[in-house]
Amino acid sequence: MEKFTAFESWVAVLPVDNIDTDQIIPARFLKTVSKEGLGDQLFYDWRYDADGNPRPDFVLNRPPGNRAQVLLAGDNFGCGSSREHAPWALTQFGFRAVISTSFADIFKGNALKNALLPIVVPPEIHARLLKMLETDPLATVRVDLASQTLTLPDGTPVEFPVDSFAKTCLLEGIDELGFLLKHEAEIAAFEQTHPAPVDTLSVKFED
Amino acid sequence: MSQPRTIIQKLWDSHVVCQPPGAPALLYIDLHLVHEVTSPQAFDGLRRRGLKVRRPDRTFGTCDHSTPTTPRDLPIVDPVARAQVEQFEKNCREFGIPFFGFRSPRQGIVHVIGPEYGLTQPGMTIVCGDSHTATHGAFGALAFGIGTSQVEHVLATQCLLQSPSKSFNVRVDGHLRPGVTAKDIILALIAKIGVGGGTGCVFEYTGSAIRALSMEERMTVCNMSIEGGARAGLIAPDDTTFEFLHGRPFAPKGAAWDRAVAYWKTLPTDEGAVYDREVTLDASQLEPMITYGTNPGMGIPISAPVPDPGEAADPVERETRRKALAYMGLEPGKPLAGHPVDVVFIGSCTNSRMTDLRAAASVLKGRKVNPRVRVLVVPGSQQIKRQAEAEGLDRIFREAGAEWREAGCSMCIAMNGDQLAPGEYAVSTSNRNFEGRQGKGGRTFLASPLTAAASAVTGVVTDPRTLLG
Ligand code: SF4
Repeated sequence: MEKFTAFESWVAVLPVDNIDTDQIIPARFLKTVSKEGLGDQLFYDWRYDADGNPRPDFVLNRPPGNRAQVLLAGDNFGCGSSREHAPWALTQFGFRAVISTSFADIFKGNALKNALLPIVVPPEIHARLLKMLETDPLATVRVDLASQTLTLPDGTPVEFPVDSFAKTCLLEGIDELGFLLKHEAEIAAFEQTHPAPVDTLSVKFED
Repeated sequence: MSQPRTIIQKLWDSHVVCQPPGAPALLYIDLHLVHEVTSPQAFDGLRRRGLKVRRPDRTFGTCDHSTPTTPRDLPIVDPVARAQVEQFEKNCREFGIPFFGFRSPRQGIVHVIGPEYGLTQPGMTIVCGDSHTATHGAFGALAFGIGTSQVEHVLATQCLLQSPSKSFNVRVDGHLRPGVTAKDIILALIAKIGVGGGTGCVFEYTGSAIRALSMEERMTVCNMSIEGGARAGLIAPDDTTFEFLHGRPFAPKGAAWDRAVAYWKTLPTDEGAVYDREVTLDASQLEPMITYGTNPGMGIPISAPVPDPGEAADPVERETRRKALAYMGLEPGKPLAGHPVDVVFIGSCTNSRMTDLRAAASVLKGRKVNPRVRVLVVPGSQQIKRQAEAEGLDRIFREAGAEWREAGCSMCIAMNGDQLAPGEYAVSTSNRNFEGRQGKGGRTFLASPLTAAASAVTGVVTDPRTLLG
């Protein structure tokens, strides 16, 4: 995995609460067996009209939203299904961070595994940033994971929480599966003392 | 005496493999369920790294999401869905995972077949690449949804890196009144705490109203824990649980059964254990619930008016609620009862089990579906389909004018061709009313099987109590 570095970016503003993963990427695009090609389907039903033409007023279809690496969204972003296609679509579009007042649990975990940083800020900061971007849509923010700092357009530094292990993984490009595999001995020892409650291979069905 | 613990803590403690410094714990997973939509990229990952599935004997697959509910002797028409289902079956074979394929007479929704075959048992940790995995919590298991990266982690190591969640006691006491169901309990809870209300938590449902529920009804409640923001929700096992499990294909037998029951009886929360959060509901005060908006938290008693977005204090919330009503084409201040309906969907992992089908049939028996309404009844599994047919429910549905289909997720997620047309209104027994969830532009009212069936008869949103004998 690539290392997560600090960056400065425009902000795409989508001030809606409870944006669910069905909006981020509608289920009909989940029939793919690949991880690729999902960026074009991001927010599909909000982004395109019935004939598949981009809606010119949608934030991702116009500057600076179309080139922003940061998305500012309402509370409880990413609720709904566990589809990892949601962070895949967001990162393939170009996003590296999402700012909200809270994130749904499964989405947050999925995002961190895909170098998409969920940044939780208090409601006052969220409202302030929203105001600043209303006044100047071309204003930029800076995201620095190492110091866990989001710098607002007016220079105010805002500290944000990140799980320390996820932070290390992102900064050093560590992959979680590699980490898990190193614990083979402990896993095997656990299995010795914890017999399977169910053996899924134990029943053979006649059909 | 050790510190009193909740069932949530007990399940956690008994599955921690180790706690590496500076990292989350390794949590051991007893049962991993896989389906066609969230697994292909995980299997690809294994292939790329040259890894095997560590414990195929703790893994089980079924196809459900993109699986058509048309007769099984027909091919899958959508080539993309067909490729996905075929890839799923190929992956299971290649990695030695037992599964119910598209044509298996046992195929069904992943959260329906786990309990049906006794794979789901108290005291287990269960995961699946699907957010409604909490359904299995009804048996006193710690069951939660994971993303595809984690599907790969569990396939390769049978473990997850996991931090403990907070415990949230959802206490429901009192008797449900006639016409009010388990679905109404969970919709009322979500309306009360909001769709983010349980974020970071595991719900434990307690109280006399929960104890009185059947296993099917408990599954309906636990199923929608995620709609309240909680990744998992569970109910301590009791005699109802043991009776349900006894004799199922994967349930322990003979002396092993007795040992298992003795262990399961140690699982309930100890007297005096402390929860991080609590909420209470009075079941006797509940009415049939229905959602009016575009998330499951936007729910109201069926006789109540649609709330005015202007009442929300926060500007973003106000805008969110306005947007929801605009999408739904509804006006604040009016009740939903009487609103025309185009489609009724009875199915999904929330409400597609025998008790749900019997409830719907009790309303439809001897009645006709309103001719302008399309009604789909989709059993949760092929096994349920057979049982319903043995009881004659299929005839009740067909004679009323409803479609009786093969098992699958169907119009809950609209990936398999069963979908709403833009603008159509559906009363649905599923769990999500997000924009476009049941088909692009479709508009969903979530409700119980009784409410859905009553609305099918009248052609408008209907309080089922008006039709109950
Ligand atoms: S029925 Fe619906 S909610 Fe349940 S697993 Fe299928 S798509 Fe998900």
